[in-house]
Amino acid sequence: MNWGSASEFFAMGGHAFYVWGSYGVTTVFMVAEVVLVVRRKRTITQRLGRMLRMRIGGKHEAQT
Amino acid sequence: MGLNLNWFKYSSPATFYPLAGKMIPYFAGLAVVLTVIGLYLGFFVAPTDFKQGEGYRIIFIHVPAAWMSMLIYVVMAVYAGVGLVFNTRLSSLMAYALAPTGAMFTFLALWTGALWGKPMWGTWWVWDARLTSELILLFLYIGFMSLRAAIDDPRRAARASGLLAIVGVINVPIIYKSVEWWNTLHQGATVTISSGTSMESTMLTAMAVMVFAFWMYTIAVVLVRVRCEMLEAEQHTDWVADAVREGK
Repeated sequence: MNWGSASEFFAMGGHAFYVWGSYGVTTVFMVAEVVLVVRRKRTITQRLGRMLRMRIGGKHEAQT
Repeated sequence: MGLNLNWFKYSSPATFYPLAGKMIPYFAGLAVVLTVIGLYLGFFVAPTDFKQGEGYRIIFIHVPAAWMSMLIYVVMAVYAGVGLVFNTRLSSLMAYALAPTGAMFTFLALWTGALWGKPMWGTWWVWDARLTSELILLFLYIGFMSLRAAIDDPRRAARASGLLAIVGVINVPIIYKSVEWWNTLHQGATVTISSGTSMESTMLTAMAVMVFAFWMYTIAVVLVRVRCEMLEAEQHTDWVADAVREGK
């Protein structure tokens, strides 16, 4: 387990900017994609739920 | 009873939707676990490279992203092709679900490649055969997504985007072979099925774990997205009404 110190680790042998620039952007993109797709799923389910309730509501009024 | 496996049964949205829903947590969990292991191996176990020092550790996301960008395109083109030929809705929806993730990995491959190239090659970008064909792949993904979005009628959109996906698939072997055919700057394949690899074992293991982590990630995200596509495409059906009522 090669671990000198935190500062040494983050320095990445002088390539800190390039390594953390790569890992940082990759993390941001992958996390953002997950958040966006999960939110999209929730919004669709809610929207369809509302439309469903409206349609059923409509039927009841028509019958009464 | 011959093998009359009715494979259309699983390709019907109503059956596929709950099945996919149950599998997503497993793929997502596996993705997280494998990523943690892969990053641990990559940063703490894999040794320093004698020539590139620590900077080479970008390999643990650059190579998986690049491989995924090519693999996802091929899988997408197959689904789009099947949707085009058999007119099966779910195949086209699967292709639409794959595209954004494929485009993201293509961009990440280009981005991490540029950040790796600057310290090692001394340049962010060069019109090298491998880099240029990967950039074309990104445009193909964007073209596929926008072509589909531009056409309202789902059937015509499936046909047009399917055609573009199939035509574009020739680009993937070009990317893969570009380093040998043109040999401009990007080095040749370090990991090949035929001749194995010259990579140090822990580096290879870390990279392999990250590749599987990205596979699991892709399957989880794409399954969530294809379920969205299915809900939207089939919103007037009863099975969607049941699924929504149960809050699936």
